[in-house]
Amino acid sequence: MSGTSFSSPLTLAVGAVLVCAVTAVWLSSARSLIRVVALQGVALGVVALVLGVHQHDAGLIATAAVVLVIKAMAMPLLLTRASAGGVRGRESRPLVNVPASLVASAVLIVVAFASARGVAHFVGTTAGALVPVGVATLLIGFFVLVARRRPLSQMVGLLLVDNGIALVAFLCTAGVPFLIELGVSLDVLLGVVVLMVLAQRLRIEFGDLDLDELQELHD
Amino acid sequence: MALTLILILVLPLLGGAVIAVGHRHHSIGWVGVASNAGALALGIWVAVRVVRTGALTGAGGALRADALSAFMVVVIGAIALLASWLGIRTVGRELADGRCTQRRAATYGLLVQAFVAAMLLAVLAANVGMLWVAIEATTVVTTFLVGHRRTKGALEASWKYIVICSVGIALAFLGTVLVYLAAVHAGGHSAGALDWTSLMAHARHLDPSVLRLGFALVVLGYGTKVGLAPMHSWLPDAHSQAPAPISALMSGVLLTVAFYAILRFKAVTDLALGPGFSRTLLVTVGLLSLAVATSLLLAQRDYKRMLAYSSVEHMGLIALGAAAGIPLAIAAVLLHILGHGLTKSVLFLTSGEIMAAEETSRIDGVRSLLARRPALGGLFGVGLVALLGLPPFSLFASELLMARAEFQVGLGWAAVAAVAAMVVIFVAMVGHARHMLLGPATTTEALAPPPRWVAGPLVGALVVCGLIGVVAWPLSGLLHAAARVVVP
Repeated sequence: MSGTSFSSPLTLAVGAVLVCAVTAVWLSSARSLIRVVALQGVALGVVALVLGVHQHDAGLIATAAVVLVIKAMAMPLLLTRASAGGVRGRESRPLVNVPASLVASAVLIVVAFASARGVAHFVGTTAGALVPVGVATLLIGFFVLVARRRPLSQMVGLLLVDNGIALVAFLCTAGVPFLIELGVSLDVLLGVVVLMVLAQRLRIEFGDLDLDELQELHD
Repeated sequence: MALTLILILVLPLLGGAVIAVGHRHHSIGWVGVASNAGALALGIWVAVRVVRTGALTGAGGALRADALSAFMVVVIGAIALLASWLGIRTVGRELADGRCTQRRAATYGLLVQAFVAAMLLAVLAANVGMLWVAIEATTVVTTFLVGHRRTKGALEASWKYIVICSVGIALAFLGTVLVYLAAVHAGGHSAGALDWTSLMAHARHLDPSVLRLGFALVVLGYGTKVGLAPMHSWLPDAHSQAPAPISALMSGVLLTVAFYAILRFKAVTDLALGPGFSRTLLVTVGLLSLAVATSLLLAQRDYKRMLAYSSVEHMGLIALGAAAGIPLAIAAVLLHILGHGLTKSVLFLTSGEIMAAEETSRIDGVRSLLARRPALGGLFGVGLVALLGLPPFSLFASELLMARAEFQVGLGWAAVAAVAAMVVIFVAMVGHARHMLLGPATTTEALAPPPRWVAGPLVGALVVCGLIGVVAWPLSGLLHAAARVVVP
């Protein structure tokens, strides 16, 4: 399953997924964040497509189409709607500033490579060797989720986590069976729709807020 | 035969569709009750068949009911029946107050039925991927139900709920992918490799290190939805902000449906790795949950949050029971799932009535309930007696059996720690309840008790819980068979 004709486009697309994740860490304007999410969706779709074409796997090619439609088109649209009408485009008081965030993502990438080596070795293919990149994307998603306090940023964090896991699934096992993948994508899409509606209601109720300002419920 | 399993899923959805279409009719809510009663009846029928003749399959192998699935269908059906029945009262009151429009009441009815159907799909799915899809669907559906009241608190709770649970469920998916990876390498058919039967058949050939990582992620991921510490932080907010019937469904069954997923993966993992690995993990999260619940129940000021933290406690007990892992322990865990589901739903539904009458959820805002509102106070009091594990209720029997199993496998120290936590929780909750229930009535105004059709099902559920505690024989065959699914 090696050969440069297959591995270089694959590596390029996988790399693009990670680059998008790192970019999302330091971007703060809503519009560029959404663009990065869309780009990451495209890269993820290309990963599935390259693998599908290489392995002559019709299910995986169909999955690639689903990924492109949902992650590269539908998700960015929903994010745009979720952020529409926001007065303030930027994070007002980020918990972690940009240089520290970049250092943190570098550390997370190292952690991912160290911890996913075993699985990558177990898979034992060219694609499998790239599994740590998926894990790194996932960890960076977690970081965005806990370090950013704006509803939109948290949605982006969740999508990064989700894309990281999808990447791991593609690289490990060429994705889960197509029907399952369809169900999973549908669930994730609906989840983002719910988040979008909630983000809009939060804005109506509280104005343009940081989630730290939600303090109604505590013990 | 094959149609039965499909029918169990379709009935609640059909009820939901009828509610959505005919929402102008004032007694439309009974359609939901009837469809859930139908699902419960079919579930009992399937349970009887499964005990006699073995697992049923349906929908071209996509659905499968063994004893464990059948038992969970019965639990879901029973609590869905109870919650949709009392839901008529809740929604009716909101419509009368003008806090809710007819359209939103219809959405509520539809979402409740979709929620029930998603839980039923989770326990009937033959395939771990479909199980994941169903459990994630419950998150999506219940988020709107948690936020039904649209207050600031409800919005905050639903945002927290969906974000934390989505992260959890994403980890569970990663765990599922790793188990799939191990299964494909062990030579499973890639299409059927995610089926329970295939995973169990190939369990001994699965790569131990990949499976270990996969199972840890599954426990962490589904454990978030179970409400096991340290991933429980969404639970008290969501359960206290949701309307009472939703709290009853979430606390009574949704938590244990997620635990069902852990039990299934545990069966595979134990065959491949021996019981040691899953035991360590489950004992850790179980004791941690008990510790968290104990510390937060001591000074609790809100009775709905008190019930929510009590769920964290009981999920911890169930995790400890499952950690013991022998058939006796699993049977006791399942009995506890049923008993906790019934009593906790009754308590949440009664607390909904109390909150509507007293207009506060603070413990110190409610006084001398037994004297002023004997029916509500009595239900709440008896429910607490059952929840705290006093005989004759079934939680007494299941807690005793779980502790005995833990001693048998050398987890006696954990059982002792659990009992210590339960004693503290007992004292704390009795103290809170004393404030709410006892004392002389200060006013002489006559307060209307809840009508019979409201109190009836609640009393009925408590009676069932008591009867199961005294005579467990109608269930023993099913419990035994279900335990054998987890420990073959």
